[in-house]
Amino acid sequence: MTTLTLGTVSDSPRGGSLAALARHSVALARRSLIKTMRTPEALIDVTLQPVIFLLLFTYLFGGAISGGHRDDYLQLLLPGMLAQSLAMGGIALGQNLNADIEKGVFDRFRSLPVARSAPLVGAVAADVIRYLTVCVVMLGFGMLIGFRVETGFVPAVAAVGLSIAFGLCFCWISVWVGMLVRTPGAVQGLMFLIVFPLSFGSNVFVGTDTLPGWLQGFVQVNPITPLVSTIRGLLIGGPVASHLWGTLAWMAALLAIFVPLALRAYSRRA
Amino acid sequence: MSDFVVRAEGLRKRFGKTQALDGVDLAMRRGTVLGVLGPNGAGKTTAVRVLATLLRPDSGHAEVAGIDVLREPQRVRRRIGLTGQYASVDEDLTGTQNLVLIGQLLDLPTSQAKRRAAELLEWFDLAEAAGRMAKTYSGGMRRRLDLAASLVGHPEVIFLDEPTTGLDPAKREDMWGVVRNQVTEGASVLLTTQYLEEADALADEIVVINKGHVIAHDTPDGLKRLVGGLTLRVRPADPSRVPDVLRVLDKVAAPGSTASADGSAGARPGAASVPVTDDSALLDVVPALREAGIELNDFGLHLPSLDEVFHTLTTKKEELV
Repeated sequence: MTTLTLGTVSDSPRGGSLAALARHSVALARRSLIKTMRTPEALIDVTLQPVIFLLLFTYLFGGAISGGHRDDYLQLLLPGMLAQSLAMGGIALGQNLNADIEKGVFDRFRSLPVARSAPLVGAVAADVIRYLTVCVVMLGFGMLIGFRVETGFVPAVAAVGLSIAFGLCFCWISVWVGMLVRTPGAVQGLMFLIVFPLSFGSNVFVGTDTLPGWLQGFVQVNPITPLVSTIRGLLIGGPVASHLWGTLAWMAALLAIFVPLALRAYSRRA
Repeated sequence: MSDFVVRAEGLRKRFGKTQALDGVDLAMRRGTVLGVLGPNGAGKTTAVRVLATLLRPDSGHAEVAGIDVLREPQRVRRRIGLTGQYASVDEDLTGTQNLVLIGQLLDLPTSQAKRRAAELLEWFDLAEAAGRMAKTYSGGMRRRLDLAASLVGHPEVIFLDEPTTGLDPAKREDMWGVVRNQVTEGASVLLTTQYLEEADALADEIVVINKGHVIAHDTPDGLKRLVGGLTLRVRPADPSRVPDVLRVLDKVAAPGSTASADGSAGARPGAASVPVTDDSALLDVVPALREAGIELNDFGLHLPSLDEVFHTLTTKKEELV
């Protein structure tokens, strides 16, 4: 059965270490994608849940918040809720990684000659499909209940692209938490503690000027706020450039902070 | 090339208040099976994780396939296969997908990874289940898939951490066959186990670990001899004759010992045994039993079981500490 003989092991990865990282990450991303496709119920948090939130805030609270202008409110609300759903959509990633580690699946990866970061990078890359799903579901369902893109096709595609990119940066918080705590349940609990204040303490649901001063301060420095403003600009018109820079700066900062933290926690977790 | 394919010196590792490894030395010869035997919490898994580059020890030195585990872990990883204590297959992937993924991570071209996966699935009797998700597999099938996954890269050194825990006896023997086969193919196998029977059946040499210390390193037979001499055990056809058997056996007892009826230390009652100095005792006992008119069901010389060996070794060690 042996087709290779012992002792013919090459010591350097094919095509250099960066090419190897890319190749291994793609192989591991494919693994995550297969898992996602096999368990469609794992997509509830990026399909049904945002729809329910959207209905809740449009029809239950929307009238009261907007003083009766429910349709206008939906125009403001939907871009914001898209951002919130992206932030919440990253929670599952940390939970899945945590479960994988508990099951010993990652021990196998770690005993293979792949870059330390490949299993994490691969898992994050596969999350693209979940963030794309959030965007499609939110925009699709939003249009069914009356949301209108007021700008055009290209800005709308740009909004989707930016949303997915932001999701890929933001989810490293979840990856980090997933490496730190013991159980998937604890990942969820801790991530809610992080995501709820960020997504509600923002400009998603109400105008910032209605808030007390100290809360306005929090909203100003919240990474969700510039994202929401940019997506609003891209979907319903308004200034984009200044908010976009703020968003990109936050995305870079999230990566710069949480990728090293996650990798360190991963290698410490024995 | 060194004769030893695994060599570890003075491995220490502490987790909080637990000294998991407290100066462990290991040596495994190329092309052999080393059994690492010990109870739960002895440090077996920690030792394997250090050797398989998953865990850095607090101190000590380890080489696998002649390569320093701490300095060049990636080179070590190209030469080892690891099967952990819990079958770490991906449940949502099929058997084939599991193995192809490992092949890709080992930088095999996809076509070759697929061929190797098919070959291993066939060999592990999983060909029919190859397209099914691993979550539908039985415990034994998962173990086989897990073991297959560790063999994708034709490793020189295979680490098996309690590979048969939780398997029924028939499946366990299947697994033993696989391990022996790997050695025939040229691999060296380091296997941890709580089953003394398993170490005896597979290992060329056995290391006994307890509380992070190596308390013995010997061949299975050497280990048995280390702890006790031969025992002659006689099971009469009529259990009521045990007292008569005892009288006969007492005459051949090794100096300072007496014959005793079985039944106290977990052995099946209805037999008697006696420690003897050598097999010449047989020559005396057989005619004496015939003369007494005792018919026999079973009769034999035994080395102490590894269970007894382990018990003796650990108590000895505890007395020393």
